[in-house]
Amino acid sequence: MTLRKYLILAGVTFFASAGDSLLSRGMKDVGHISFSRIPDMLLAITDPYIVLGILLLLAFFACYMTALSWADLTYVLPATSLGYVVVALMGKFVLHEQVPATRWIGILLISAGVGFVAGGPARTDNRGKEGSAHPALGEPVSSRVKS
Amino acid sequence: MNEVYTWAGVGAVVLTSVAGDVLLSKTMKQVGDVGKLWSKTGLITVIRSVVRIPYFLLSLLAMTLSFYSLLFSLSWGDVSLVAPAAASLTFVGNAIAARIFLHERVDRRRWIAALLVAGGVALLAA
Repeated sequence: MTLRKYLILAGVTFFASAGDSLLSRGMKDVGHISFSRIPDMLLAITDPYIVLGILLLLAFFACYMTALSWADLTYVLPATSLGYVVVALMGKFVLHEQVPATRWIGILLISAGVGFVAGGPARTDNRGKEGSAHPALGEPVSSRVKS
Repeated sequence: MNEVYTWAGVGAVVLTSVAGDVLLSKTMKQVGDVGKLWSKTGLITVIRSVVRIPYFLLSLLAMTLSFYSLLFSLSWGDVSLVAPAAASLTFVGNAIAARIFLHERVDRRRWIAALLVAGGVALLAA
């Protein structure tokens, strides 16, 4: 794992929670939408929070796909679940919400889970001989994992 | 009766989002290290080699279905039940599916991580 790869994982974590928060903030401006008023949904796209939220979620998807190209799914998902913790802590310190004891225990469990998976290898499927579908990356997968 | 609908909805969300994640992971494992491919051949080639893999379109389809089943579930049940239940069951479902379909070695360390995160996510909304 290089610094660049940790930055990509941080990007997955940050863009997902920030994007979701912005969408949620934007939908409060837009209000209740129903299937009988489909045109209202188009109106949602003009809300600046929604636009920014969608852009951040696109950035999330790019980082997520990049991470999955060199790490296991069972590595990426727990490793990036710190986003839940970030959102809860933001609720506490930015929005001054009351954080009940059960939520602190939840934050503790997630952090412990992240620590567990981050201590292990990022890639475990031994498909070394197959390599990449693209000829430019012909070297075996196993040789790329150790970085 | 509404409870049955809610849990059926949660089941649909979990199933479709696990399918989406596993298919996307399968796609990207076939593409290989995106960073290296980008620096060697450029962004256009990266995009082309991702889109060319059939699993990618299936994954987008599964994620779309997952998004709509979440919308429907939210109209049947409370957000404080549906969102954390779906999120935490998805972590467990992904660990099982990654082992079966992606041949990832889900050892004790990863199981503990998946269960801790699943439990933590459930508690966050409790």
